[in-house]
Amino acid sequence: MIEVKELTKRFGATVAVDRLSFKVERGEILGFLGPNGAGKTTTMRVLTGFFPPSSGRATIGSYDVVEQAMAARRLVGYMPENVPLYSDMRIREYLRFVAGVKGLDAAGTKSEVSRVMAAVGLEARSGQLIKQLSKGYRQRVGLAQALLGDPPVLVLDEPTIGLDPGQIVEIRSLIKGFAGSKTVVLSSHILPEVAATCSKVVIINQGRLVAEGPPALLRAGQGGATSLRLNVQGPEKELTQLLSQVPGVESVLCQEPPAPGEDTCYFTLETGGGPAVAARVAQAVVGAGHGLLEMTPVSASLEEVFMKLTTEEKAEEAAA
Amino acid sequence: MKALKTIYLRELTAYFHSPIAYVLLVGFLALTGYFFYSSLAFYVLASLQMMQNPMMMQMTLQDHLLAPLLMNTTVVLMLITPLLTMRLLADEKRTGTLELLLSYPLGDTSVVLGKFLAAWTFFALMVAASWVHILLLATMAKLAWVPLAVGYLGLLLMGGAFVSLGLWASALTENQIVAAVAGFVALLLAWAMGWSASVAGPSVGPLLNKLSLGTHFENFPKGLIDTADLAYFVLFIGFFLFLSIRTLEAKRWKA
Repeated sequence: MIEVKELTKRFGATVAVDRLSFKVERGEILGFLGPNGAGKTTTMRVLTGFFPPSSGRATIGSYDVVEQAMAARRLVGYMPENVPLYSDMRIREYLRFVAGVKGLDAAGTKSEVSRVMAAVGLEARSGQLIKQLSKGYRQRVGLAQALLGDPPVLVLDEPTIGLDPGQIVEIRSLIKGFAGSKTVVLSSHILPEVAATCSKVVIINQGRLVAEGPPALLRAGQGGATSLRLNVQGPEKELTQLLSQVPGVESVLCQEPPAPGEDTCYFTLETGGGPAVAARVAQAVVGAGHGLLEMTPVSASLEEVFMKLTTEEKAEEAAA
Repeated sequence: MKALKTIYLRELTAYFHSPIAYVLLVGFLALTGYFFYSSLAFYVLASLQMMQNPMMMQMTLQDHLLAPLLMNTTVVLMLITPLLTMRLLADEKRTGTLELLLSYPLGDTSVVLGKFLAAWTFFALMVAASWVHILLLATMAKLAWVPLAVGYLGLLLMGGAFVSLGLWASALTENQIVAAVAGFVALLLAWAMGWSASVAGPSVGPLLNKLSLGTHFENFPKGLIDTADLAYFVLFIGFFLFLSIRTLEAKRWKA
């Protein structure tokens, strides 16, 4: 549905986006990750036709965002960062204005405006002036205008920034509800959000692509070995000995020495494999007659992956 | 076309949402009202003297009261119009609403044209409001309606020129004050360009005269419509609208 090919955007001497390529299939929710200034907003502005790329191309549907700008824009609902709105208008008035500018059918405008207001929970406020709205409500108006006309593609720049936790959950579940029916690109630097809502993640840093894939795969692939967390009954030394002999276990670390009067230990094991190693560990513990109280596989968080990827880049650059 | 109409209506209502429109309207009416009163009082005095002095017998309401008043009104509007147009594009750029506006399926042309027409309509409304003086006069004296109408046609065309130039100034900057000052300076220059024609030499002089807003306005208050003047105003408006569209585009390419 969205294809970005070798996209480069320069502002004078600075390169904001550097030969970026990625694809988003129909119905996918793409999380666009990167530290501040990585080029997320610039890429989104190219996608929505605010400015053309310096080189490379981007298509939405099958329309080029520069050559067939109007056709491409008809498919997109866009919510920019900080949600710029006309503060002198009332919510319903503003949404009607947007419906008109988007060229929606005049007869259907009223019901369409009511539909999007209901979708984002704005009905009760429809007569309020936009300048009197709190950040959370402004955000909702921003989302509502993007949804007007039911576009198949949504481009959302930091949709949950500045919201309270309750609102974040609401907006997230709203976005998640689009999975399968709409193609969504959302940028964020809140990683749990991306992990929770997106089916695919693109990480960029300094304008360049550093990783691409489903969130789970990124964690597994980039976080290095998976680790296991164990809580076992028994003497610490004996257990350490035992665990390190299990094939596939690379290192054993006793985290909490047993408190006086207790006989359980917490271990963190670094393993080179998946469930097979975990099964062997369980067998070894139980086979030796110890009580296995807890075993949890721990994979690297997206934060760790992100930090690793975005700082690795810098280290490489410094070396070169 | 629908998008253009939507933009037009929003811009026009936006004037009435902010205090600027009311302040400008009241200020404009106060100034034109004062000029009307003082000129009329002077005219009344002069016409009393006229009865004794046959040299002054050719004084008419149109030539000696309404035409000079129209000139005053034009100058007042030259001061006011940049304040009317300063917000149009500069504010959209400053607040970032332009980014959202241009993500909708409409061209830069619709944006510029819609805003231009809205400001021009507001200009026309202000001028219409000042007709209260003329209607008042009409209850007491017989007016020459045709030259009067031609004069106001000229004022409307002039308004289109003021608005298009002000709009371009607004396209150049994110700061409304800068837009207003630049618009005003450019308007005054375009208006007064012809004044230096006689001293500028034989090659540049006539050119300055031909390009000047003031020169092309002179005929209208006399009740004369010259197609050259009409063509001048149409071209002037078209040129600055074109510049506004291009400036908007260019600013984005660099932004």
